Amino acid sequence: MLRLINVKKTFNPGTVNEKVAINGISLTVEDGEFATIIGSNGAGKSTLFNCIAGSFYADEGSVELDDRDITFVPDFQRATQIGRLFQDPMKGTAPNMTIEENLALAYLRASKKKSPFSRISVSERKLFRERLSLLGMGLEDRMKQPVGLLSGGQRQALTLLMAATLVPPKILLLDEHTAALDPATAEKVLNLTRQVVEENHLACLMITHNMHSALDLGNRTLMMDSGRIVLDIKGPERDGLTVDGLLEKFSVGAGKELDNDRILFSK
Amino acid sequence: MGSLLSLPVVISALELGFIYALVALALFVSYSILKIADLSTDGCFTLGCAVGAQVAIMGHPILALPASMLAGVGSGFIMALLQTKMGVEPILAGIIVNTGLYTVNLAAMGFSSNLSIFKAETVYTLFQDALGNTWYRLVISIVIVAVVCVLLAWFLGTRLGLSIRATGDNTDMVKTSSINPAFTVTVGLCLSGSLTALSGCLIGQYQKMCDINLGTGMVTIALASLIIGETLIGKGSIKRHIAGVILGSCLYRFAMAIALRLHVPAECLKLVSAVIVAVAIAAPYLKQRVAFQKRKMAAMSARRGGKSC
Repeated sequence: MLRLINVKKTFNPGTVNEKVAINGISLTVEDGEFATIIGSNGAGKSTLFNCIAGSFYADEGSVELDDRDITFVPDFQRATQIGRLFQDPMKGTAPNMTIEENLALAYLRASKKKSPFSRISVSERKLFRERLSLLGMGLEDRMKQPVGLLSGGQRQALTLLMAATLVPPKILLLDEHTAALDPATAEKVLNLTRQVVEENHLACLMITHNMHSALDLGNRTLMMDSGRIVLDIKGPERDGLTVDGLLEKFSVGAGKELDNDRILFSK
Repeated sequence: MGSLLSLPVVISALELGFIYALVALALFVSYSILKIADLSTDGCFTLGCAVGAQVAIMGHPILALPASMLAGVGSGFIMALLQTKMGVEPILAGIIVNTGLYTVNLAAMGFSSNLSIFKAETVYTLFQDALGNTWYRLVISIVIVAVVCVLLAWFLGTRLGLSIRATGDNTDMVKTSSINPAFTVTVGLCLSGSLTALSGCLIGQYQKMCDINLGTGMVTIALASLIIGETLIGKGSIKRHIAGVILGSCLYRFAMAIALRLHVPAECLKLVSAVIVAVAIAAPYLKQRVAFQKRKMAAMSARRGGKSC
């Protein structure tokens, strides 16, 4: 369970470029809850993720994971419990290393007790092979190839495997992770995502610019604007909601029309 | 060519090639893997030589090898500390450490600018009788470098080795694998420092002499060896890469030996080595350009031919 209490983050404080990115967000995400997040550019969605993952520390407020205060825990330590995918498929993998070596690195999160001087074992190789075959992309036969040779979609699927299935985290952060993929691949990665989240009963936050997937996927939808959460719907209220209904609710919540082209186009 | 490269010349080029290959391997770790340009290499090389020479003079030529490596680890550690804990840019950290090392090296040599170990035993003279006068230095150099290569290749396949390789490849990914990149950078630079210093130590014992300016230009030479190797053998698996580094280092020494045999005056040797370095670094790019020009010419003439028909 993730809990944010009155988190604030301001960039360039005290200068003309001062920008309040997150303005007092309080949010609780239970285990097994899959929340989609929408909002215009600069609403603070990615900043929120950076605060949760520890890419930078919150100015005020606190971040708790399973009742443990992680506000000032450095990012690489949080990574044992937080999985994250970015929009850029290149970000989650090391291109000059083989698929197998990338998986071995991700698997370090689960094998902290093993000697740093041990090598990839036969049983681990077997496990990696099994997990890769579940992606249905034929990657299990290319384990000795550098990841740089894979397509964007394959890399993103591999990253999903590394961030979420190989060692299930407590919470999964997806930052528009299908935006750079073609529609068919995006669909495949989204299905994989859904499967991974359900099977492992993860708490999951997903930023998207697609209103349909915002409503289709998951069981909760958050809308952000100017560093605040302006709309938080789940349960029956969300079930009957259409894209138009969502836009209307946004303008009521934010006190203005949604001004994001990419969201509006995806209508 | 037969007269250019007599057996003694070939042997001494190979000896130096193998010993200097260790510095190239150090740069392989810091430059190719971690993507850090380590400018402390020059000073670190002399440090290894000075420490090794002192320990050899005390009568422990074999102990000199680990002692100098330890000194190199210290140099690498300070370099890493500046980068990871104090926010100093890698290039600046290298220059700072290099400058500081000059004094440290003088101190290690007893505040004299050179140190002779003619009277003391070295790792080479220890085995001179057993291996014969012609080959002993080459055999010992090859054995030491081979052991280092096997250990390095093994290490880069371990969990820690993989983490170090990923740090240069994608730091974000290393963090998401719950590894502290500051730690992997530190281990990598310590490793690289120890290899540089070991090379310095061997050169000192080989020449029976240590000089404060011994390391000058070392980073360029090692980089040239590294790039010659990458150009010829290509970037592939770690083992292939390591083999390429050693080949590159030997080829560089052959080029220098040939230059000497062609009676290039000794004052011009630095220029010769700079030219070799520049050519080695430019070669892959020029090769690409030439291939492109050829393709362009072929395509253009085909098009002209097509029009006239």
